[in-house]
Amino acid sequence: MATTTLARNRRNRDRLAGPLTMTFMYSFLALFAAVSAFPFYYMLVTSTYRTKDILVIPPPIWFGNSWMENYTQLLDKGSLPYFWTAVTNSLSIASLHTVAVLFFCSLAGYGFAKFRFPGRDAMFAFLIATLMVPGALGLIPSFIVMRSLGWIETWYPLIIPGMANAFGIFWMRQYIESAIPNDMMDAARIDGADEFRIYWGIVVPVITPALGALAILTFMGKWNEFQFPLLILKAQETYTLPVALSTLRSLRGTEIGVQILGSSIAIIPILIVFILASRQFMAGLTAGAVK
Amino acid sequence: MASSTFSTAERALQDRRTRQKEVKRNAWAYVFVSPFYLLYAIFGFFPLVYGLWLSLHTWDGISPMVFVGFNNYIKLITVDELWWQAIYNTIWLFVVATIPQLSLALSLAFIINSGYVRFKDFFRAAYFMPFVASAVAVGILFTSLFGSQYGMINFVFTATGLAKYFGTEAGECYKWAFMSNNMGCVIDWLQSALWLKPSIALIIIWQWTGYSMIIFLAGLQSINLELYEAARVDGASTWDIFVKITMPLMQGVILFQVVTSIIGAMQNFDIPVMLAGGTQSSAPGGTDHAGLTAMMQLYWSAFKYNTGSKSGFGYASAMSFILFLIIVVFSFTYNRANGQNPTEN
Repeated sequence: MATTTLARNRRNRDRLAGPLTMTFMYSFLALFAAVSAFPFYYMLVTSTYRTKDILVIPPPIWFGNSWMENYTQLLDKGSLPYFWTAVTNSLSIASLHTVAVLFFCSLAGYGFAKFRFPGRDAMFAFLIATLMVPGALGLIPSFIVMRSLGWIETWYPLIIPGMANAFGIFWMRQYIESAIPNDMMDAARIDGADEFRIYWGIVVPVITPALGALAILTFMGKWNEFQFPLLILKAQETYTLPVALSTLRSLRGTEIGVQILGSSIAIIPILIVFILASRQFMAGLTAGAVK
Repeated sequence: MASSTFSTAERALQDRRTRQKEVKRNAWAYVFVSPFYLLYAIFGFFPLVYGLWLSLHTWDGISPMVFVGFNNYIKLITVDELWWQAIYNTIWLFVVATIPQLSLALSLAFIINSGYVRFKDFFRAAYFMPFVASAVAVGILFTSLFGSQYGMINFVFTATGLAKYFGTEAGECYKWAFMSNNMGCVIDWLQSALWLKPSIALIIIWQWTGYSMIIFLAGLQSINLELYEAARVDGASTWDIFVKITMPLMQGVILFQVVTSIIGAMQNFDIPVMLAGGTQSSAPGGTDHAGLTAMMQLYWSAFKYNTGSKSGFGYASAMSFILFLIIVVFSFTYNRANGQNPTEN
């Protein structure tokens, strides 16, 4: 069955797409892939030059040797002495937030997927409706709430509010609904396991693919988040990486290579994680998105 | 089998036990889903109501709030020209960036899903890459790429001869020191009021197309391949298949994408901020405020010009509700237009 479909597909491919169409199609795809990838390459190259060697015609397209000089200047008093503090801040905030999101969202997703409690459907509809409320509405009042809680200059505003979020719960519910057979839970119940043990011992191990995709997405979002941290964090040593980089941007006369080197440190780790996990991540993403 | 031997009393007892068990089990479920509602009450719902209340006041965040009724809204709608320019810029960016981005994403997804293409995984990953990059870093990177005199993009324009097609009469012409007269012009992308928005639009398209494509691809993969094969057998062209089968079946996914894109585009902030005036800027949005988005203006009104009568938290809150109204109107209009689509049976 599978082989015949495959064979038919292959025959279709040969029959229906002439060499001209194929060439056109691949050119289009390849062009767009090149456009997507080129800025990353440019970033790596430019981070190895001083401004005077970047501002030339033609612009450099192969690596230079000023990386170390740029790096030293990046950490200089006049630029970002707290650069690595910002990196660890971002890393800690994103990690703590991600762990919390995985726990609370999978727990709630399990609750919605496998229990039929009174009010469930209305509660779930409400949850979905909150997805449609733009964050702009909450920006100012949230700031005031954080201020009254004494949370300005702390990590709490960045970690706590989104721990159980509608998107993550929706995502996990979709996955759990189809991935966990009810018999599995019933068997455990007969053995006397309580509901939390069933979640932890039976549900969690089965849903790791979805957790993985949600983890990457959540971590990425938090690592890159800019507007809210910009509002909450005022002292250099509390900055996250994007906030620190944005101040570098506004320092007039900062070397271009230095700015781009700093940016590359924000981009490269997450890019590596994405490339390594891309196959599983894409599979998880598409599986979660359709159902 | 065994249950048939139970007496009525035993059965009643058992019923009660199952019900008790169910109540107990449901209690667990409420515990499992409650964190969201608790957090949303404090950090989502309360700020929403509070914001609405704030929008009816003037407040600098420190001195007592003064109730002004709908004055903030009236002032915004009738006299605040900068606000309307910000709204115009935001909608402009939605039209010029988001609509092409979604169309391009759908085309790419359709081609990749068509079954003719090898290296699917490679293309998918390549297109998605820009999405994982931090908007701040992307802003820094493209500021350099869009550089007027030595930027890579202008270099490509001159090298390929495209620069010839940019007229000299518009007053937007910018020449490199070594350019001869017949080489045309290069564009001062980020300093020119005319080209700042297109530059931002290009970056948005670059960063978001891959993401939209993945969502479309997910939708396309859920369409039964036999439908395509049947259409092929009946002699339908690729275009027919796209318009008559793919589009109608993708209505749901497209609706989802359009609505989330409207919400996202109306709150456009990170990239315009990085390109058009840094966070410390006193005149946000670059030359003639051409790159000022509604969200930037809201942010600055609340947190930067936060002195005297000029603005404050109340005024900026009113902005957020006007923005929300625009999102609602756009989404409903799309939904309406979509519902009357003749291709839908």
